[in-house]
Amino acid sequence: MSTILNLPNQQDAQLPKLSYLNDGYGLKSWLLTGDHKRIAMLYLVSITFFFFIGASFAGVIRLELLTPQPDLVASDTYNKLFTMHGIVMIFLFLVPSVPATIGNFVLPIMVGAKDLAFPKINLLSWYLYVFAGIFILYALVSGGVDTGWTFTTPLSTHYLNTHVITAAVGVFIAGFSSIFTGLNFIVTVHRMRCPGMTWFRLPLFIWAHYATSILMVLGTPVLAITLVLVALERTVGIGVFDPTKGGDPLLFQHLFWFYSHPAVYIMILPGMAVISEVISTFSRKRVFGYTAVAFSSVAIAVFGFFVWAHHMFIMGVSNYSALVFSLLTMLVAVPSAIKIFNWSATLYKGSITFETPMLYAFGFMGLFTIGGLTGVFLGSMGMDIHLTETYFIVAHFHFVMVGGMLMAYLSGIHFWWPKMTGRMYPESMSKMSAVITFVGFILTFFPQFIVGYLGMPRRYHAYPPEFQVLNVLSTAGATVLGIGYLLPLLYMTWSLRYGKIAGSNPWQATGLEWQIQSPPLTENFIETPIMDHEAYDYEWLANKHEHEVTTVG
Amino acid sequence: MDSQAIATGHEESPEAHEHPPYLRHHFVTVEQQAETASFGMWLFLLTEIMFFGGLFMAYLLYRNWYYDAFVASSNTLGIGLGTTNTAVLILSSFTMAMGVYSAETRNRKGLLTSLSLTIMLGLVFLGIKTIEYHDKYTEHHIPGANFSVEDFVHPTDKRDVPLAPDMAQHAQLFFFLYFAMTGMHALHMIIGISILFILLVQAWHGAYTNGHTSTIDNFGLYWHFVDIVWIFLFPLLYLISRHPLK
Repeated sequence: MSTILNLPNQQDAQLPKLSYLNDGYGLKSWLLTGDHKRIAMLYLVSITFFFFIGASFAGVIRLELLTPQPDLVASDTYNKLFTMHGIVMIFLFLVPSVPATIGNFVLPIMVGAKDLAFPKINLLSWYLYVFAGIFILYALVSGGVDTGWTFTTPLSTHYLNTHVITAAVGVFIAGFSSIFTGLNFIVTVHRMRCPGMTWFRLPLFIWAHYATSILMVLGTPVLAITLVLVALERTVGIGVFDPTKGGDPLLFQHLFWFYSHPAVYIMILPGMAVISEVISTFSRKRVFGYTAVAFSSVAIAVFGFFVWAHHMFIMGVSNYSALVFSLLTMLVAVPSAIKIFNWSATLYKGSITFETPMLYAFGFMGLFTIGGLTGVFLGSMGMDIHLTETYFIVAHFHFVMVGGMLMAYLSGIHFWWPKMTGRMYPESMSKMSAVITFVGFILTFFPQFIVGYLGMPRRYHAYPPEFQVLNVLSTAGATVLGIGYLLPLLYMTWSLRYGKIAGSNPWQATGLEWQIQSPPLTENFIETPIMDHEAYDYEWLANKHEHEVTTVG
Repeated sequence: MDSQAIATGHEESPEAHEHPPYLRHHFVTVEQQAETASFGMWLFLLTEIMFFGGLFMAYLLYRNWYYDAFVASSNTLGIGLGTTNTAVLILSSFTMAMGVYSAETRNRKGLLTSLSLTIMLGLVFLGIKTIEYHDKYTEHHIPGANFSVEDFVHPTDKRDVPLAPDMAQHAQLFFFLYFAMTGMHALHMIIGISILFILLVQAWHGAYTNGHTSTIDNFGLYWHFVDIVWIFLFPLLYLISRHPLK
């Protein structure tokens, strides 16, 4: 049952005198900080920067595909564009997006801790991220990489004379940044919970981030060693992936996808974390089937490690292993469906309001479902052999990554913005941008399903004229989508100074982070909290308000 | 709001005052801090296992495919030097364990001795490894740079079976993996020895024998991990099928 709670009157809300934002000024107090909230803000700024770099590549790609002829950029340049788009978006945006910004900010508060377990390692992970970004930017300005983000051998090791090693070093370093984030989260969840915070009282945000962290910690080192081998193959010619010396390029595929498939879940699970919080808050109901949703995150993490070879059905793996991997791939749909069904059941008879985070969350649920279901198509071998390396694949993973994760990221940023900055974003403007994003997204990527099904291959910058209509639709959609992403950048920046003051709990949400002032103090809590109720207990919140003496000022 | 289940441990011993200087601000007790650090270290070692796992995977795969070449190449490694190094490394793990024990018993002199011995043994290991690498250079067994299949097509040792020239080429793959795996292990040794130097200087100034042992504990875990990697590398590279059945 949902509990009716009135949103607080924000007229008399005031910014707290002391908060993490004014605890020390100047560049040094930010660049040498150990505070998880400040590090989250550093991440937020740098991630936004790289997101728009990656997005500008996508813009040029779509512009080139407006016409069937190769007219805007040369084919080499086009190869570099989609490669850099992939590398920047995956390693510098999607992987760290929610965990390093929102996760970093709210995870310690949600478990009732003063900080993450290892603040210095947390700061180190941001510096590693920046170094990774510098390497990748250097690869970009010094001529680019054109291997595709997958660094496929022997293409990357023998045939291309571009800055493969520079980019690989960047990705290697970004990997360690994400390992350290994951390690910090796992240790924090195990060792830093406040009294009374049992595992099954943790918000589902934490469960999903815990599962993500396991994937980061176990998967990323394998990517690291794989990239070391690629670099050695390129420089010394060691032969481990070189068939002429007895090596096997397929081994590269196995090692690469052993990380990069779980990486897909690294990218989507934190999105699911956000959605659980948002759906519950704006329908004023405990998430339906809490335990099922919690364990479905863990199940996705576990299954996620055993499906990597579905990227290799056409690369000469044996039929038997393809069969097993196909079956396992379909099994991942089960925990994903558990989440979607439980969120829908949460909405049932909830008292739903349509604030911006909720609009984005609805967008996530619809788009992720389409993306996930087409994933099942691609997991079945017959379909995969027909559709792989076409725009169908491109549309599929953009539905999951952009329609899913980016929607969830924006949902989360809007949801926790009042907590992070103490100020509200402009509501009507942001609702409009949520709708624009959704429409733009559908227009961009839905035609790609069709054009891919009809046989347009990915990664080419020219195509037969009969595909033009669908490509024009897609490019038009990308323009709308671009506006949808620029708007939040503008009004969020505006709101930093002119936004309405939020007060501690503008959404009447139940998480521990909403029971403290916004923006929070440096050590989050004045005294260590004691968790004496279940997660998402709106009755508890209502009672708390009845017995609370309001003090202002 | 002061009842904290985890905060009870240190109230019993009066000399462990509320906030010893090494207790970081975001922990409630020293025990919590120590457990956190140790848990983090174990997780880091897990990532290291996955990191080395990629190389082990490649080695096992190619060993299976090019069995003859790998056995022939394995036979050319110096087993005497390898065994000595194994002994040196196990001994260094012992001295490291003594270091942890000394830190716990607040024995500054014992800690300094153990850490110095560990550094020395680590350097001995690297020295012997250098000799082995140099041998590979003189035998023309450096893959890529100066590799010669001569030894595998016309073995000088009577025990060895001559290989067909194309199979002999695959010996190069063995030597590449040999250098990659032992090199990666040596890199971890070098990092370990560098950290040991820092710990030694800090211990000289009285750190780690004042009750704050968790840094030494966790470094010990790292050192033993690097040791265990070698315990797996040694049989894989030097020992298995050393004398093939004729």
